Amino acid sequence: MDLQTITYVVVGITFALYIGIAVWARAGSTSEFYVAGGGVHPVLNGMATGADWMSAASFISMAGLIANMGYGGGLFLMGWTGGYVLLAMLLAPYLRKFGKFTVPQFVGDRFYSKGASTVAVVCLLVASTTYIIGQMTGVGVAFSRFLGVSNAMGILIGMGIVFMYAVFGGMKGITYTQVAQYCVLILAYTVPAIFISMNLTGNPLPQLGLGSDFVGTDISLLSKLDQVVTDLGFAKYTTNVRLSTLNMFVYTASLMIGTAGLPHVIIRFFTVPKVKDARSSAGWALVFIAILYTTAPGVAAMAQMNLLKTINPSVMTDASVFAPGANIEYEARPAWMKRWEVTGLLKFEDKNGDGRIQYYNDKSKNPEFVAKAEAAGWTGNELTVNRDIMVLANPEIAMLPNWVIALVAAGGLAAALSTAAGLLLAISSAISHDLLKDMWMPDLSEKGELMAGKIAMACSICVAGYLGLNPPDFAAGTVAIAFGLAGSSLFPCLMMGIFSKTMNKEGAIAGMLAGLGITMLYVFAHKGLLFIKGTEFLGLFGGKANFFLGIEPNAFGAIGAVVNFAVAFGVKNMTAPVPEHIANMVEQVRIPRGSKAVDGAH
Amino acid sequence: MDEQGQAYWKDVISLIRNILIVWFIVSFGCGILFADALNNIKLGGYPLGFWFAQQGSIYVFVALIFIYAKLMGKLDEKHDVHED
Repeated sequence: MDLQTITYVVVGITFALYIGIAVWARAGSTSEFYVAGGGVHPVLNGMATGADWMSAASFISMAGLIANMGYGGGLFLMGWTGGYVLLAMLLAPYLRKFGKFTVPQFVGDRFYSKGASTVAVVCLLVASTTYIIGQMTGVGVAFSRFLGVSNAMGILIGMGIVFMYAVFGGMKGITYTQVAQYCVLILAYTVPAIFISMNLTGNPLPQLGLGSDFVGTDISLLSKLDQVVTDLGFAKYTTNVRLSTLNMFVYTASLMIGTAGLPHVIIRFFTVPKVKDARSSAGWALVFIAILYTTAPGVAAMAQMNLLKTINPSVMTDASVFAPGANIEYEARPAWMKRWEVTGLLKFEDKNGDGRIQYYNDKSKNPEFVAKAEAAGWTGNELTVNRDIMVLANPEIAMLPNWVIALVAAGGLAAALSTAAGLLLAISSAISHDLLKDMWMPDLSEKGELMAGKIAMACSICVAGYLGLNPPDFAAGTVAIAFGLAGSSLFPCLMMGIFSKTMNKEGAIAGMLAGLGITMLYVFAHKGLLFIKGTEFLGLFGGKANFFLGIEPNAFGAIGAVVNFAVAFGVKNMTAPVPEHIANMVEQVRIPRGSKAVDGAH
Repeated sequence: MDEQGQAYWKDVISLIRNILIVWFIVSFGCGILFADALNNIKLGGYPLGFWFAQQGSIYVFVALIFIYAKLMGKLDEKHDVHED
């Protein structure tokens, strides 16, 4: 069978599996629709959370980001996992004890205010919508690259599949499909990584391989990589800090609190039977996430090494990288490069006309390096590499069999679809429960609400698909907007709701608006209002990028959170104290005893 | 909150504080602030600071959550506020 056929077969089998689960797990009540009936085993819930969490970006792009950033890429690894420690200890068990369907419902009840829950609903909708556009484009990318169908067709097929299990199954259908999707995506990620680690270091575990020597030598992989990248004018791999130590610190903190505050992750912990299960389930979620996240650095460094030694084979010998003929001839490039050039992910331009590929850092400030490159007749970097290629082309670079390539395609689709479904549930429950039932139509019957939930889900899928096909400018800002919002508004608000008995509604609302406001102000100043080009207003702040202590806009959520806390406590001290019954409610939320099934009642 | 509840909450807060201290030291401490100094030490082929940033902190996070869950279970029993 040729590659195309095998890919169709593998992807077809996984889709049939998801649809089979959808038929089996139809939702018959609002409890099944919003929280899968509250009876999901903590280990399965952990697995579903893992699939929910690991998006197209984690699967396709993260290893490439790390390969580019080296040590600095650690901020994604620590940020996106460390948040689970916060979630497990500070939020998940208490929100589970509270026992309601949605995150805004907690905010509304705890701060006895429709205004507070409205702010939370808006944050949730904006964060989730931004996030989902990325998933939809990811589905389109995976389809078009691997199955040779158009982007639009890919998104439509993806919408159809999600429609089947999300609309009919709600959280129940989504949870059990996500368990299957986790298995597909983790196999797809680890199998090529194991082969590559085996090839380069003789150690099958990439986690250990990354710290091992090259097979048959006593040179360690990382020290070799350090030497090769510096020879080619790039920053040293194992010490390349992201902008500055302070920026890296704040960026990591922002991703951590953003992770803990993302509503589509939090609602996963409403599906387990007990408070106790919410705690351990967060641990299981992180186990399943860690399998991919500890593999990614290995994939990153090894794929980078493979790429460099393909283009400049002399890096494996003692010869100079600048020697005449050190770089490979363009005509003699391997087949995988030809294949990925067609997709535009690899681009070659022969700037000095020597017919060979020069790949190096032509923006290097090191005069010694620049002089050597000029002496060798290099007139600029000739190869543009899209970072996604580190995962997508990995099996081909390592010359793995066709079924592994097909598996990577199915894994990319599983990652994008599972995250999209989790986000869709957060969006549709905010619409049908928080807006419709709580604010506009309190008399809605359970059956009516279930129907409303399904209609909201169907509409959300169509909107998400439309936005995936016509991405607005702000789709580029997933990290800045979704994590910025969740970190600067939702996380502090939820945490104060649990850990401060005296926080009142005025403080909470003022804090959320202040945190949110300052974060978005900083982001929009750099990137334009809603990311629209030409509307940047850095000039107001002296015109220098990263003007606040050299912190980049994506990293600003943690600063927003600090402002949120400060404003909230300031305003609290100037306004009426919290009512007695709310303080009692907080005491009840803090102890596990008396937990009940999650429901929508008041 | 009754006295029993207050004693429980005090224990909970100090448990969370202790776990957050470890959480901070491995990630922000070893992975970022002291990474350069730790890089002088080698763990196999890994510079230690780099290892904490890209591997070690994640393993510690996983362990921390399970330790937290276990100790919280004990606190629930000790103060008699566990679920039935």
